[in-house]
Amino acid sequence: MKDLIVDHGAIRAISEVSFTVETGKLSAVIGANGAGKSTLLRTLSGLNKATEGSAHWGEHNLLHGKPESHVRSGVSHVSEGKSVVAELTVEENLDLGALWRRNKKEAAESKKQALELFPRLGERLSQRADTLSGGERQMLAIGRALMSKPNLLLLDEPSLGLAPLVIEQIFQTIRGIVDSMGLTVVLVEQNAMGALKIADTAVVLNLGRVATSGSAADLIADPAVRAAYLGY
Amino acid sequence: MIQFINMLLIGIGAGSIYALMAIAMVLVWRSTRVINFAQAGMALLSTYIGFELVQKTGNFWIALPLAMILGALFSALVEILLIRTLIKHSTSGPVAGIVPIIATLGLLGFIRASIGFIWGNQDIQIQPPLSKVGFKVGEETIALSPMNLLVLLTVVGMVVVLGFIFQKTNLGLSLRASAYSPEIAQLAGIRVGAIRTIGWAIAGAAGAAAGLLQTVNGTGAVSPDSLEFSLLLTFGFIAAVIGGLESLPGAVLGAVVLGLVLAVVQIYISGTLVFMVAFALLLLVLLVRPQGFIGSKAGRRA
Repeated sequence: MKDLIVDHGAIRAISEVSFTVETGKLSAVIGANGAGKSTLLRTLSGLNKATEGSAHWGEHNLLHGKPESHVRSGVSHVSEGKSVVAELTVEENLDLGALWRRNKKEAAESKKQALELFPRLGERLSQRADTLSGGERQMLAIGRALMSKPNLLLLDEPSLGLAPLVIEQIFQTIRGIVDSMGLTVVLVEQNAMGALKIADTAVVLNLGRVATSGSAADLIADPAVRAAYLGY
Repeated sequence: MIQFINMLLIGIGAGSIYALMAIAMVLVWRSTRVINFAQAGMALLSTYIGFELVQKTGNFWIALPLAMILGALFSALVEILLIRTLIKHSTSGPVAGIVPIIATLGLLGFIRASIGFIWGNQDIQIQPPLSKVGFKVGEETIALSPMNLLVLLTVVGMVVVLGFIFQKTNLGLSLRASAYSPEIAQLAGIRVGAIRTIGWAIAGAAGAAAGLLQTVNGTGAVSPDSLEFSLLLTFGFIAAVIGGLESLPGAVLGAVVLGLVLAVVQIYISGTLVFMVAFALLLLVLLVRPQGFIGSKAGRRA
């Protein structure tokens, strides 16, 4: 991704942000509220339009086309705030992610995988999604994204509004997805410490610009980052 | 007693046709957040097309599905050419959001005038395919003719098929997800734009069925400024709103309740009060239970 600029009306949400994510790695994007993290992901998945710049995932131009075509090219986005359809059942939410897939056998395989990853969902298949706890909804949202068989997974604040123990569990699962399935994950988080602990590399956004970037371990050790984002 | 049974029969019979119209309104509302006032005009056009098809084929039961298919195509075209463009271009300003709704009013007038231009302003007459003389129970003739019965069964059949499509098929799942949460549906890879068009198409088919069935169930006569079609739009809309506007079972329930209430008024009080009572019922439901019979603020059901 190079020199990305996104405007919201008169407001410049993202200015000339550039960074690279490595295949099969977990990259974290951290920063305070309003730093442009969500806008960044929404632009990469086609929900927002970029004003200038370019963003590619392999051969695929991420700034061109609708979100539904991105999904079909292997880019799945779990949007902020438990990205599930509350009125549908757990199973319907999962199936939703694979409706477009022609190979129903593979889709069934993905479902089995998702349920192995989140056994709690398996016990609640016929329940409506709005009866789930916050953590379970986040699992469902990630499960639905995996149903689309992505190779790039964009996660927007999966820890939002969850209890510390649940956050820990979700973060470990995300790390597990990267390690066992070979997926590339871009994790946007306000919970900087938690994200840096599981990430391989990280980008710090501040007011729509890249403040600093590097390996997650280096950033945790960086005094400036510690003071500004980790609070000690 | 026989009067009471007749009241039930008339109420349910009328309600079943309002139900088709209400389903059409709900489908359009759910897919694009537009109240389609042109639904009556589209149903009227489909009825005229049905009339032509009855003339050509000589068989109402061939003409009905053909008219429904053409109604669906026309409705899809309206969504693609008119509504989609308007929604895209009216994202800001004081009238954003209501522009497409106002446009449907314009479309209603446009369709009616076009029908008058093509077919003339005189009544056309569609021959009912079955006897309209009520069945006899003992000595009494009840308010249910073979025609009424078949219309009722056809509507029930269509509602069952629609219910199956919505609850059990992938298309239904796409339609529901796109209605409840278009953004998440998109992120799941669903082509929400195409699904919206399909929502309009099904609405067009339901409206076409409502128009044709109402016509053969009634006098068989239609004109471009038919009062029956204005009532069909009004009652279909009221049924959809009191049913919750989001819910297909709600639309059916709202329509049957409305049909029964109007039948009570018509039989026990006066036929001239029907219009007033329909709106009184709408106001009452909006005051007491604004979310409609089915549907709540916390969670709506498909």
